[in-house]
Amino acid sequence: MKILVCISQAPDTTTKIAFTDNNTKFASQGVTYIINPHDEWYALVRALELKESGIATAVHLVTVGKADVEPVIRKALALGGDEAIRIDTDSNEPYVIAMEIAHYAESLGYDLVLCGKESIDYNNGIVGAMLAEFLELNYIGFATKLDIAGNIATVSREIDGGEETDTCKLPLVISCQKGVAEPRIPNMRGIMAARTKPLKVVAAAGIQPLSTIVNFEMPPAKSGVKMIAADNMDELVNLLHTEAKVI
Amino acid sequence: MEKDLYQHPDYYLVDELLTEEHKLIRDTVRAYVKKDISPIIEDYAQKAAFPKQIIKGLGEVGCFGPFVPEQYGGPGLDYISYGIMMQELERGDSGVRSTASVQGSLVMFPIYKYGSEEQKHKYLPKLATGELMGCFGLTEPNHGSNPAGMLSNFKDAGDHVILNGSKMWISNAPFADIAVVWAKDEAGEICGMVLERGMEGFTTPETHGKWSLRASATGELVFDNVKVPKENIFTKVKGLKGPLSCLSSARFGIAWGALGAAMDCYDTALRYAKQRVQFGRPIAGFQLTQKKLAEMITDITKSQLLNWRLGVLRNEDRATPAQISMAKRNSCEIALRISREARQILGGMGITGEFSIMRHMMNLESVVTYEGTHDIHLLITGMDVTGINAFGG
Repeated sequence: MKILVCISQAPDTTTKIAFTDNNTKFASQGVTYIINPHDEWYALVRALELKESGIATAVHLVTVGKADVEPVIRKALALGGDEAIRIDTDSNEPYVIAMEIAHYAESLGYDLVLCGKESIDYNNGIVGAMLAEFLELNYIGFATKLDIAGNIATVSREIDGGEETDTCKLPLVISCQKGVAEPRIPNMRGIMAARTKPLKVVAAAGIQPLSTIVNFEMPPAKSGVKMIAADNMDELVNLLHTEAKVI
Repeated sequence: MEKDLYQHPDYYLVDELLTEEHKLIRDTVRAYVKKDISPIIEDYAQKAAFPKQIIKGLGEVGCFGPFVPEQYGGPGLDYISYGIMMQELERGDSGVRSTASVQGSLVMFPIYKYGSEEQKHKYLPKLATGELMGCFGLTEPNHGSNPAGMLSNFKDAGDHVILNGSKMWISNAPFADIAVVWAKDEAGEICGMVLERGMEGFTTPETHGKWSLRASATGELVFDNVKVPKENIFTKVKGLKGPLSCLSSARFGIAWGALGAAMDCYDTALRYAKQRVQFGRPIAGFQLTQKKLAEMITDITKSQLLNWRLGVLRNEDRATPAQISMAKRNSCEIALRISREARQILGGMGITGEFSIMRHMMNLESVVTYEGTHDIHLLITGMDVTGINAFGG
């Protein structure tokens, strides 16, 4: 069974967010990038577990980006991926990313395609579903548990007030979130091994985006905490009504 | 203890001097420290106990002897990688870094450098994983800065030698499975050998009551007519250069490690100074606090550049012992100063276990002393630039 794991890079969670070009572009100068945690901690680690348990035979990684994403994909290789593919174009648009991956993967016969539930920068959360559509495969989103037996995947996912468990025949696309696996830390042996693992660069299919970003806005700054005496209910109600406007 | 929010300072963009692999190694060890060391280390330091459970994790990540080649079980990384790993470990705690330093530089290094093929294959792979832990016996009760005067000695007894003497201030001794021991032969020449726990007459009593490196196990090595098989003796080196080469490797790691402790103190103090409000404003806004922080980041930046250059030289096998001495001495000095200034910034909170600073400060009193004291390293630099030996005797 061959698994393809979709990897995206995202700004480190401690990054100070700023924009350029009239607030139409993210200011990436000096930003440290990490593997999108949902891709790394859950999709990739579960794929590696499936390989270690003998269920999968190969774990390939795919990312869409220019050469500057290679450190991130090398880390994914250090964690244990067998080989990586970088589709050589730069886009943050889910349609372009899903279409480019589908274009690359459609004839390669992957039995399972895993991705994180969303990237932590643009938070669209739709690449997995789009990819399934373009590959004409079934899709289960926001998995919290994933097991494979034969060619059947058993997947749990959170629903309102409980949990749903689905079974589905492979091939299949699944987006993963917390619960699917536990985060792993690479080791020095893996980092050394990643030096020689294949990282193939393939030309992009040239998919054009369907949308453009008009502008970004920062959320309003958090206001300070206003302390109210414990016995002053009138003041509390008044402020909730007139300032916070929640009652 | 407060949540570990550490981010390394990089005022001169020193990261640009590192490879992507170096940064991945740093991120890896940092993630390990945040996950497995920071949450528990204060508790172990308070109760003066070594957290034995971390050995497995240190081995899995690859913190033991990272420069040892793959054929002997190591990952075969360069010396900057080793330095970065020690920096990140000591950022967590000097005692944890000491455990890894001893294992890598003082046990695995001499076995790799001076051991027979049989010794390398027997010990190195298990030392790399932490399945075996080692310690290093050079310092004696009456011979610290003057190791050449050591009294430990061995006599030929056919297929084995008989070892007598004692060693003191030995990190990892209480739990070590093996010990690399330096002692004089009958001609008075210093030789190295590997002792195994369980050899008759070999004991490792623990040293108690330390106010420093409290989360690290320290002890003595006592040799009472220990029969050591001759195949356990290193044949490729004789004289003081054997142990001194090990110390060069360990001092290199300390130069990076102590800087890690300094960076943690600075990071903690800077964050605290921005949050702590007195007289209606964050204390970071007062000139005396800014003086402390500005001097800290200046010292850290200079030391980052010194260490990086030393790493490049060591990778090219051009770093001299005197250059390593300078870096070790410098890092310990600035780290101690920074820890004290950082403690001042945190006021009363600085003395509690809620923050790492006081633990770092107490640890650094050992780090500035072991592997060559502050004054001895000064004399090494002095001798190197003048050509005149100012040591006693």
